[in-house]
Amino acid sequence: MKNSRALSLHVPEPRTRPGDAPDFSGVDVSRPGAVPRPDIATDPREIRDLAYGLIRVLDDHGEAVGPWDPRLDADVLLAGLKAMMLTRAYDDRMYRAQRQGKTSFFMKSRGEEAVAVAQAMALDRDDMCFPTYRQQGLLIARGYPLIQMMNQVYSNERDPMKGRQLPSMYSSRETGFFSISGNLGTQFSQAVGWAMASAYKGDTRIASGWIGDGATAEADFHHALTFASVYRAPVILNIVNNQWAISSFQGLAGGEATTFAARAIGYGLPALRVDGNDFLAVHAATAWAAERARANLGATVIELFTYRAESHSTSDDPSRYRPADEAERWPLGDPVARLAQHLTVLGCWSQERQAAQQKALDDLVRAAQREAEAVPALGSKSSSRVTDMFDDVYAETPWHLRQQARELEG
Amino acid sequence: MASMTMIQALNSAMDVMLGLDPDVLIFGEDVGYFGGVFRVTDGLQKKHGLTRCFDTPIGEAGIVGVAIGMGAYGLRPIVEIQFADYIYPAYDQLVSEAARLRFRSAGDFTAPITVRTPYGGGIFGGQTHSQSPEALFTHVAGLTTVVPSTPYDAKGLLISAVESNDPIIFLEPKRIYNGPFDGHHDRPVTPWSRHPASEVPEGYYTVPLGKAAVVRAGEAATILVYGAMVHVALAAVEDSGIDAEVIDLRTLVPVDIEAITASVKKTGRCVIVHEATRTSGFGAELSALVQEHCFYHLEAPIERVAGWDTPYPHAFEWDYFPGPARVAAALRRVTEG
Repeated sequence: MKNSRALSLHVPEPRTRPGDAPDFSGVDVSRPGAVPRPDIATDPREIRDLAYGLIRVLDDHGEAVGPWDPRLDADVLLAGLKAMMLTRAYDDRMYRAQRQGKTSFFMKSRGEEAVAVAQAMALDRDDMCFPTYRQQGLLIARGYPLIQMMNQVYSNERDPMKGRQLPSMYSSRETGFFSISGNLGTQFSQAVGWAMASAYKGDTRIASGWIGDGATAEADFHHALTFASVYRAPVILNIVNNQWAISSFQGLAGGEATTFAARAIGYGLPALRVDGNDFLAVHAATAWAAERARANLGATVIELFTYRAESHSTSDDPSRYRPADEAERWPLGDPVARLAQHLTVLGCWSQERQAAQQKALDDLVRAAQREAEAVPALGSKSSSRVTDMFDDVYAETPWHLRQQARELEG
Repeated sequence: MASMTMIQALNSAMDVMLGLDPDVLIFGEDVGYFGGVFRVTDGLQKKHGLTRCFDTPIGEAGIVGVAIGMGAYGLRPIVEIQFADYIYPAYDQLVSEAARLRFRSAGDFTAPITVRTPYGGGIFGGQTHSQSPEALFTHVAGLTTVVPSTPYDAKGLLISAVESNDPIIFLEPKRIYNGPFDGHHDRPVTPWSRHPASEVPEGYYTVPLGKAAVVRAGEAATILVYGAMVHVALAAVEDSGIDAEVIDLRTLVPVDIEAITASVKKTGRCVIVHEATRTSGFGAELSALVQEHCFYHLEAPIERVAGWDTPYPHAFEWDYFPGPARVAAALRRVTEG
């Protein structure tokens, strides 16, 4: 039969744009505690539903409910709250520093602090992380010195990366934090490779990789899931679905048709879809995946359903493409406020303690900032040699780089 | 010592390194049980075990990405990209990741990986099994690009590559896997067994990276060449009767500038030969280096003999392949003046 109707091209568009009232009616939020928690050894084929649900522990009243409640001690929760608040205080300070012209670029993680902090706390200290640029909370939760992060952001003479990397692209092998690339998605298959190496050596450490919803469209995502599945790599593959890839909503990465967690099903991997703003749910899901990896049962995909509460970076202006008050209206709330509410319900937190901690952390960040700003910035006026840029291109600097260094020195 | 083909010599290099270093492992498409489409990894899985030499999904970017992660862990993976023509999906992982990891992390993380890949034409492979993409790698800061031309060098260079703490692009001229093909495609192929460089020690030895070899001393001109074209250059010298010095570069970056300048300053004439397309090919870099370092010694314009700037044409292979006649003609041009 001959086609009689003209075809039309579908280009996804978000429900709302600047000037519109935020509309989250499409967000399917399941009741806290409703999603079952299977045994880690369950065949992934039997738990495909988890890719379409949403694991939530904290309810609207701040109570922890259901099978995914990790039943963490209060001191662990307090440490988590502190690390999230410190991450936010650090982000705010560095963002301001960029606006004051003290650094060229910065990326905040507001709204996504639970993703990095709860995951760092659910992993072992020596598990290896392959993050994107929005998991600075991993470093903070693992106790990496703030001053070192600031030295990197300021590209100063104590920058561990020697001024070679865009601000926010940290690296710390000692902290189990892989060098951030800035290229999207490349770290995902590298995380799988690291995990395969650990298994190859009979090590006990596992790897964890992070990718954004937007970058799941990169081929590296497919390679990571394929290799992780084929070799049962001890790795956690986290998709941070924060709804926005710069100005592109998650529908442009395929989020209109299915969930990002459901990508795992085609690879035979188990998938957990988690409320990324629920510290307890994120911790519990990560611990489940880590336990599974340590039991040699292979990789787990976790979709962390969250919201990028601020701009992509200091170079971005979200008011040009999304309603201004979307962040406040996000139906899953704010991760810091929700954990604080839970601790209050438990009787070990109060507004007074919150305010005192906020001030203490702000002071800590300010003190670190003063220290970092006292270190001269790298550049032609600094005392360090500009020809250091020729180091580390190769293990041993070859003749042509030595010649170019001499040329630069004049 | 044993007489080896280049395939056997490469296999021997990996066998030796698997035996010496538990952190060395091999993976790639069809390299495990089957031993690779060119048989370069033949028997290694059986001898060293399933996890030491194994097959991968068809995903070059995944293969290299996984190798980088393993390198960050502390292993020394050797990966095979089945044909250099298939390496492009892995280009981002090689250029943006492997090449820059040491630099961007200030030495915190490194990628000591070896990427082996058969390259070059002369086997009627058409445009997807014949390319010479070396210039795409020589242009990238942080990569070391190596091309052997004999079984002896292939083994020694490959061991050096595996031991290197940097990512190495190891291009294997597949036309000379089984014999030193000299471009006379209408003549019978000589086997490696009749070539002195097929005598290869069975154990461990290295050929240093970054060092060229003078494969034929001469006075009339210098030929800068690498890979399969070394043998074509030698045939051209013989055919033309011109007493040219033939320098096998062996490593393209970092290139052995001392060997190049010593020879060109002596002869005053230079022909650069490669199979890859001419425009922006590695010959352009060599030509610039010779000009910068030897200008006042030059007595004739530098000549480049290269593949034409077209995709590799299947039916016109021998019109495309820069054979001894074209090299000899260039030699005559540079020595006439």
